[in-house]
Order: sequence, then C-alpha cells, then structure tokens
Amino acid sequence: MARICEDLLFPLNRPADEEGCHWKGGAVATPAGFTGAYATFTEAGWTALTADPEFGGAGLPKLLGFAMEEMVSAANLSFSTYPLLTAGAVNALARHGSPELRARFLPNMVQGVWSGTMCLTEPQCGTDLGLITTRAAPRDGGSYRIDGTKIFVTSGEHDLTENIIHLVLARLPGAPTGTHGISLFLVPKFLVGDEGAPAERNGVVCSSIEKKMGIQGSSTCVLNFEGAVGYLVGEPNRGVRCMFTMMNDARLGVGMQGLGLAQVAYHNAREYARIRLQGRALRGPAFPEQPADPLIVHPDVRRMLLRTKCMVEGMRALAYWVGYHLDLSEHHPDPAARQEGADLVALMTPIVKAFFTDQGFEAANLCVQIHGGHGYIRETGVEQYVRDSRIAQIWEGTNGVQALDLVGRKLPMHNGRLLRRFFHPVAEFLDAHADDPHLGELVALEAKAFGRLQQATATIAERSLRDPEEAGAVATDYLRLFALTAVGFMWLRMAEKARDRLVEAGALPGKIRGGGSSAGVPAATAIADPAPAIVSERNVAFYQAKLTTARFFFTKVLPETSGLLATIMTGAAPVMALDAADF
Amino acid sequence: MQTVVLVKQVVDTEAEKRLLPGEWRLDRASVENILNPYDEYAVEAAVQLKEELGGEVTVLSMGPQEAEEAIRKALAMGADRGVLVSDPVLQGSDALATARVLAQVLRGLGFDLVLCGSMSTDAQTGLVPAALGELLDLPVLGAVNRLEVHGGSLKAARQTDEGAIVYECPLPAVVAVAKGINEPRYPSLRGIMGAKKKPLDTKTAADLALELGAVGLGGARTRVHAATSVPPRAAGKTVTEYESPQEGARLLADFLHENKLV
Repeated sequence: MARICEDLLFPLNRPADEEGCHWKGGAVATPAGFTGAYATFTEAGWTALTADPEFGGAGLPKLLGFAMEEMVSAANLSFSTYPLLTAGAVNALARHGSPELRARFLPNMVQGVWSGTMCLTEPQCGTDLGLITTRAAPRDGGSYRIDGTKIFVTSGEHDLTENIIHLVLARLPGAPTGTHGISLFLVPKFLVGDEGAPAERNGVVCSSIEKKMGIQGSSTCVLNFEGAVGYLVGEPNRGVRCMFTMMNDARLGVGMQGLGLAQVAYHNAREYARIRLQGRALRGPAFPEQPADPLIVHPDVRRMLLRTKCMVEGMRALAYWVGYHLDLSEHHPDPAARQEGADLVALMTPIVKAFFTDQGFEAANLCVQIHGGHGYIRETGVEQYVRDSRIAQIWEGTNGVQALDLVGRKLPMHNGRLLRRFFHPVAEFLDAHADDPHLGELVALEAKAFGRLQQATATIAERSLRDPEEAGAVATDYLRLFALTAVGFMWLRMAEKARDRLVEAGALPGKIRGGGSSAGVPAATAIADPAPAIVSERNVAFYQAKLTTARFFFTKVLPETSGLLATIMTGAAPVMALDAADF
Repeated sequence: MQTVVLVKQVVDTEAEKRLLPGEWRLDRASVENILNPYDEYAVEAAVQLKEELGGEVTVLSMGPQEAEEAIRKALAMGADRGVLVSDPVLQGSDALATARVLAQVLRGLGFDLVLCGSMSTDAQTGLVPAALGELLDLPVLGAVNRLEVHGGSLKAARQTDEGAIVYECPLPAVVAVAKGINEPRYPSLRGIMGAKKKPLDTKTAADLALELGAVGLGGARTRVHAATSVPPRAAGKTVTEYESPQEGARLLADFLHENKLV
C-alpha cells in the first residue's frame, strides 16, 4: 500500500492538479495516469480491505481502513475520491439494500470494478435536504423512473470503471414534504443484465463538470436523470436515514482526508525547514561553517512545525481509537459493548470530520508560511495542499453543520449517554494518573481542559433548553474545545506508553505501574500489552520525541481551551445582536 | 518447475546509513530494513515462470531473524515458501562464506533454477551467484534481462551496448537477473494476508551441519580494512559565457560527453 502511494499516486498528484479532468460529450476523462493507477490499486485488492467477506471483501478492521485512507489522501486527494466514495456506497447498500440488489451490485463494487457515488445536492438544495425535487415514479416490474438534476456529484462520471452506481435521493409521488418524504434509489450508469454484465445505457447523463479551487483530478459532476431506471434502497420515505449510513462513514473518511493533508503538509514543511538556509539562530550561529542556519533553528518556524506535528500525531491516535470502537460496534459479541462502541463513534464523528479538516487546512497553510514566497509560487507544490484541503471543510456536511450535529443531536441524545462514553474513561484516567511522577504535570493540564469541557457542556445544555440559538451560536467553539480535550486524552495515553517504554529501556528512572491503561476499552476486550519489545536506540529517540511533543501540546496548544470556554460562556447575544441590515 | 530465489534484507536504500562503532559492519538496528530492491526482480521473474510453467517458488535468505520480513514480502508477491538461515555464528560472513551457507541449503532442496538479483544494495559485491555456481558446479548466467525456460534448458539474453547476447544452458542453473528484466508487482492485499500463512523454515548452522571454520567472520576470505564517506558532491558547472548559441550548445555537449552522461 505504501509503495503504491509512494510510487504511483503521489507522483500523479501535481500533474493531475495541472491537467484536471476533461469533459466531452457527456464523458469525463480523468488526468493522465489515473486509469493505470486505479487498475493497480484495485487489482491489488485495496478497495476490498474492510468490506464484508460475503461480498468478496477482506473483512479487515475498519481501523486499518482509516490508516489506508490517511495514506491515500496524503498521496493524492483527488485520486482518493474515486475508490473511497465507493466504499461508503458499499456500506449503505450492504446495510439497506435488498438481497437481490446486494448480490447484483456489491461484488463488483467491492472489487472496485464498478464505482459508487452519492447524489444528494441539487441547485436549490445543499445542506437542507428537505428541498429535494428529483422525482421517482413507480414503473412496472418494481423499479422506478427517476427524473431530476443533481449537482456536485463527486466521481459522478469518469473513465476508471466500466460502470458507476449512483445512490440518489428522490421524492416518491405524494410523499410528505421535507426530509421525511425522501427515498433512496440505486441508479446504475449502465443497466445490469441478468448475466451481471453492464448492458444498456441508463438515462443518466453528465452534462458538465465544475471548475473549482482544488482537487482538480476529481470530477465534480452535474448529472441529469431523465427517465432513468432506479431501484428502491430501504423503505420508502426513509432515504435520508439510509443515506446517513453512507454519510457517517464518509464523514469519518473526510476526517482522514484532513489528517492525510496535515501529514503531507507537515512532511514538506519539515524537509524544507531542514534544508533551507536563511538567517541565524537568535543565540548565535548554529552552523557557523554554512552561509546561514537552516530555518528549523528559528523559534517561530519551530512553533509552526510543532503545532502541526502534535496535531497530526494526536489526531491519528484519536482516529484509531474511534476506528477501534467502530470495529467493536460491529463485531463485539456482547450487545452492550457494541452499543458502547456505536455511541462513541456517533459522538466523535462530527469532531473527527470538522476538527481534522480544519487542522488539515491549517497545516497546509502553515506549510506555505514556512516555505515563504517559495510556498506561494506553484513550483514547490505546497500551495496545492491549501487548495485541496479546503474542500474537506465543506463536503459531507460543512464544519458548521458538524458543530450543530454535535451540540444539537449528539449531546442530548439518550439523555447524554453518548457523552458519558467519552467523559467516563477520561475522568478515570485522570484520577488514576493524578500523582504520576512523570505525567502528573500533563495530567493536571488535561484535567483543566476537561473541567472546561464539562462546564461548557452543562452551560450549553441548560441555556439551550430556553433558547436553541444559545447552542447554535457557540457550537463551533464547543466542538473545538471538545476536540482539543479529546486529542489531549490521546496525548496522555501516548505519553504514558512512551514513558513506560523509556523506563523499560532504562532511559527514564522509575517503575512501571502494573495493569497499564485500559481507559476507554470495555473490560471484556481490553488487549493485554504485548510482551515488552526490545527498546532499541532508535525507539528510545522516538519515545523521547513523543514526550517532548506531548509537552508542547499540553503547554502551547491545549490552553486555547481557556479562551474557548470564555467565548462559550458569553453565549449567543453578541452573535445575534447585530441587525442583518447592519452587516 | 522448482525455483529457489535468493534474497537479502538490506537497509532502506534511502536511509542514512552508519557503521557499527569499531566494526566495519552496517548498523541495521538504527534504520528501516527492506527486501533488497534488486531481488524483487528475481522474485517477480520466478513468480512469472511459475505462472507460466507451474511448480513452486522457494525464497531463501541468510540473515538475522528480522530478515523473515524480507521473505514475507517475497511470499506476498507470490512465492510459496521460505527458508531462513539465521545463526549468530554466521555473522560477518563475506560473499564466499555466504555462498557456502546457501549452497549447503540448496544441496538439501530439489531445484531446477536458482534466481538472484544482480547484487545487494548494501555490500554491492555481486559475487554470490558466481560463488554458488562454483560450489554447486552449475552454470551461471549474470546480468540477464530476458529469460525463457523450455523443457530442461533455459535461454537467457543479456543486453549490451552493441546488442543482445543470447545464451542457452541446461538446468539446473544459477541466474542473476538484471534490473529491468520485469516490473515487480505490488503485493496484493490477498498476497500479504496469504503470506502470513505460508510455511517458513528457520535453520541454524547446526541444522545444516556447516563446518564452522568456513562460515561467519572466521570463514571470510575478505576483510574490510577501512571505510570512508562519499565526498560531498562538487559544485555544478554553469555555462554562462559563450560567443554564440552554437558555442554554448557545444560547451554543454562537451560537458555531457566528458562526464559520460550521453
């Protein structure tokens, strides 16, 4: 996988940005090299990584899927949109499709021979799905006739696969208005004959592709459905719910895009800061024999690099933690543990989506800043990360919508049960480690942030009972406060591991406590620590760097939670006071 | 068709390498280790022969226990089983001592063909195939960039500046393939998962009844006496002064010729 990313996908990233996609007569050609790379990617089986073995998937943990998504997104975000969106369509179909639809479409989608899309947006209807006007009318034989126009369909038309399977939201005749009158339909580009091979062209045509800011290699399509044959997925008028299966997966996937972009931006910035000679260290030349010192000696450059580094590593840990609970939610033998896993995933999904993609953009931005003028011109290639990462803050529900989802839906859900899935393990960990000789100082800082999060949560819950705008006006600040606290929890756990390994190696004085940490892991599934590995010299350096980076996070980043709490406490009035005419 | 591919785990070609203090051996613990890139061509050639003719591909390596990872990589590419010779007494083996160990394993394995890469990216001696041919009394062909097997013989071509030289020899034989004989495949997900379940035998010097004086540092017939770093690259040459475009072009062409770049 790493080799494919390194040898095939990454080298295509810049050329694809320069070239873009080509629309001609309803067909879309992807940038040079994409078809070959896609063939290698799918033939090696990577699209099938986490899919159900019943449909030809490898059935590996979703956690591994997250790791793959980060790598592919980092190497080539445009390319990633083709295979990764298919994975979401596969999940939606596997969960809601009839056995007949599953058997006919899933195996080829799992293998990547066919790709998938999600068609929600219409010209008048973006975030507000209740405005959908695409129509579905019953036809003889149980299928439906689909008419309407969808826009912003990612991978809606391309030359990578022999068929494209659209999942389309549309309205049945006489359906109730709003989101409760929308159904989900499967509309293949080519109708699939009884032998399972693509046959006649269906009534769906790509009438144009968008010109846009970034991800030039990804085709963003306008699709016209005219008398297209569609098949109902799930129950009538329950389409939004079905689509949200795909949407929730996709939101986590978009979070991984943010992480991937942050990671590749960090790598670029770090390399440049090491080789670019400019200015002298403030305390005097670090490399007197050179004409100037490398950028990395300068405190402000280090600040930007460390900020990105601690976010990347913290977010990656958080992603894997969420991925682990996603796997528990699907496969744990105990229904209570499955529910706990599902609760935590539901709670963290808007945080992963919004916070990770904000960080992806910020990392790309800092990467350009470290490159200076050389980052702003196209030659070094890092300005592309700014343009590419920007979409992740928008699609699959804007980050503002994510914040509303967290505050308006996830917090009150089941009387705060979801919230407790996060609060309890954090509180336990903080209690258990308050006197830790190595980590105590960091634990105290995390405890402060956690206290702020608890206070903000209680305040919002109470105020929003009176006025929902009290929640809406502070939702974004609250999501960020939550995310920083969650990343802090991950950094504590990483710091603990690093400390344990360093003590084992004799590089830190002290004894390891028995038991280790199982915070957040249901007791039945707590994984025993593997036998202590031999801690090599290289690993000692790695763990020491972990502790140093943790300290940066807790002292230089996490205190932002203080400002966020202050903003949240001032409530909605300052946001809502200005008359619309006075803007 | 029974093919044995010889592979070696080497330090990542892109890593900053260093020597163990006081010894002229690479510090493998400080960097990532990978399957020798040249060996990937041999593995690919063996798997292609298997796909064409049937049979089995065995991957053979000598090295520390971690070299198992290099074997697994080859198994993920489609080889069927692995043999790793790993024993502290083998440390410090030079090319000849290594060939003695591998020859001893090969004597115990039935095979039609031994395939290897042109050399390892670390020591870069390229001597093992020839030494093996001598020890096992087999024909050796090196720098092969086309390979066909027909019945009991093989036909191999070697590309030179003037043209291709085509050789034929009876099997069994030892063949070192050139970089570029094929395009090594990316291990598939199925291959990677399957590789974990493929058989991998680990053998010690005692298992092979090796004569200890002939292997390891004691059996080495070569010694490393010194090592120096590559001198830093000299500054490039910029052609700025010339009387006419033709003159400028000639200066550039001369530079390319002088440095054997064309």
